[in-house]
Amino acid sequence: MRDLLTRERLITAALLTVFALLPPVAEAFGQGYLTNVASRVMIYAIAALSLDLILGYGAMVSFGHAAFIGIGAYAVGISAEHNLWEGTLTIPMAMAAAGLFALATGAISLRTRGVYFIMITLAFGQMAYYTASSLSAYGGDDGLTIWGRSEVLGNPVLEDDTALYFFVLICLALCWWVASRVVGSRFGRVIAGVRENRARMSAVGFDAYRHQLVAYVLAGMMAGLAGALLANHAEFVSPAYMSWQRSGDLIIMVVLGGMGSLYGAVLGAVAYLALEDVLAGFTEHWRVIFGPLLILIVLYARGGLARAFRREGPSREGRDG
Amino acid sequence: MTATLFAVQVLNGLQLGVLLFLVAAGLTLVFGVMDFINLAHGVQYMLGAYLAVTFYGLTGNFFATVVLALAAALVLGLVLEVLVFRHFYDRDHLDQVLATFGVILFLNEGVRIVWGASPLSYPGPEILQGAIPVMDGFGYPVYRIALIVAGLICAAGLWLVVARTKVGMLIRAGAANPAMLSALGVNVRQLFMVVFGFGAMLAGFAGVMAGPIFSVEPGMGDGVLILAFVVIVIGGIGSIRGAFLAALLVGLVDTLGRSFMTDIFKLFLEPSAANQVGPAIASMLIYVLMAGVLFFRPTGLFPAPGRA
Repeated sequence: MRDLLTRERLITAALLTVFALLPPVAEAFGQGYLTNVASRVMIYAIAALSLDLILGYGAMVSFGHAAFIGIGAYAVGISAEHNLWEGTLTIPMAMAAAGLFALATGAISLRTRGVYFIMITLAFGQMAYYTASSLSAYGGDDGLTIWGRSEVLGNPVLEDDTALYFFVLICLALCWWVASRVVGSRFGRVIAGVRENRARMSAVGFDAYRHQLVAYVLAGMMAGLAGALLANHAEFVSPAYMSWQRSGDLIIMVVLGGMGSLYGAVLGAVAYLALEDVLAGFTEHWRVIFGPLLILIVLYARGGLARAFRREGPSREGRDG
Repeated sequence: MTATLFAVQVLNGLQLGVLLFLVAAGLTLVFGVMDFINLAHGVQYMLGAYLAVTFYGLTGNFFATVVLALAAALVLGLVLEVLVFRHFYDRDHLDQVLATFGVILFLNEGVRIVWGASPLSYPGPEILQGAIPVMDGFGYPVYRIALIVAGLICAAGLWLVVARTKVGMLIRAGAANPAMLSALGVNVRQLFMVVFGFGAMLAGFAGVMAGPIFSVEPGMGDGVLILAFVVIVIGGIGSIRGAFLAALLVGLVDTLGRSFMTDIFKLFLEPSAANQVGPAIASMLIYVLMAGVLFFRPTGLFPAPGRA
């Protein structure tokens, strides 16, 4: 166990170092656009981390996770529309809005189990999607262009792509740290315990519903942060951020990386977006290739990328069940 | 005036409800018998419509198109079952979700390659052209009435099969306790292929019938799939009766909400505010309905016996 912990810390440190070194290296090789691409990758890594908290550690298959991203993004977009640019206000607002939505929908969804939970989170995600589409004052279906990025204490520092990149990196590192603290805490153990055996955890005296709800809200807030960053990165928000395909993409990232492993979620986000980029460069109909590939991955490569870094890979089979 | 408008919207709501039932019936049976969550069921609906486009181009006859498209939808459904789905029956729901999501990505894009991305259409049959006048200068299309009737006939037939035949008995037994059914010597896998093919055909039928009303385009099944999920969650997974009642309920609530919500809000809000709030609330209505039902009955209105 101790060995595994240090291994995990090593991989985490290595990944963060790679992210930190990327902008100057990319600049040196004249590939400055990579900084921009990698910002987006890290934003999705934050979202995948948040989903992994509930999906990987808690076995709550949320199929509406993109809604939290969208709500966070819209919070920033709508604030900007009303001339509120201060990031120290709008980003916490985005997280609070996503957290409130998670609280309301989670309180209902978590009363159900299994396939009902999947379908209900999917339905709530669609509800957010259609609501955003009907916000005609904020662009409706076409989305909302944001004429600038959030300010930090009145300072427009994030207008610079590299500054935004490091801001996103700091957010990613913070989320990673929070997530690892949560997973290692008593609270995280209860969540994992409920995943393994709900009845037993209840019998021991833990309120499974409340623990799961808190985890759900926490994940929602983290995804809301990802959404706020995404709105700043793209300087645009649209209902498409919350479409159910996006929620599906997030699940794929987590599963691809390896459920129940934090660096796995980050690796999954990197791998998924890279794969999308490569396949899309190959043909505009890249989904025709990706669809069957996904089926094969699910069929033969359970455990994801994280397993490749684990010494005792195959013996962990039961965990995903 | 308002009464006629209301009547027309009720008919529209029934029409949506009937289409939803045709899709939801297969979904709920497949889940009920095999505990298999099939996201790709909405794609079957889309394929039905696209096959109809092609067959209508070949034959020029609507009724021949329906027969050919149904046969093709059945074959495609069974091919998918053999190639993909049957490998995932023993997997957990997450794997099933991902695999069938892969099927959706493939087929939505495949349709775009074969038929193009722009919306297509084909006309309904000659005999069902025209409209029944409901008020001055406004009629309700006969085809839409026919669609409602056809859907109700399908529902009645399905009820007869499930409630009154031996296959229906096995399906109900499978939904209640598949392990016991298997232990009694019934080939559950084979039974499931029948159910699956049948469900694919029903969804395809819904697609064929919807083609002349809605535009036929890639991804058209996704919205229907999610509404069908709402339907079977409200109705109780595995229950045909629940799916039928919930489908009509969802169809009516959604359609009536969209037509009248803005007017209702105008009663106590500024018109401009009502125009903002009305559509947003209307689009949330069925999800609120679902949340309300689940709050009081977490397994839906009519859960299949033996399933908690």
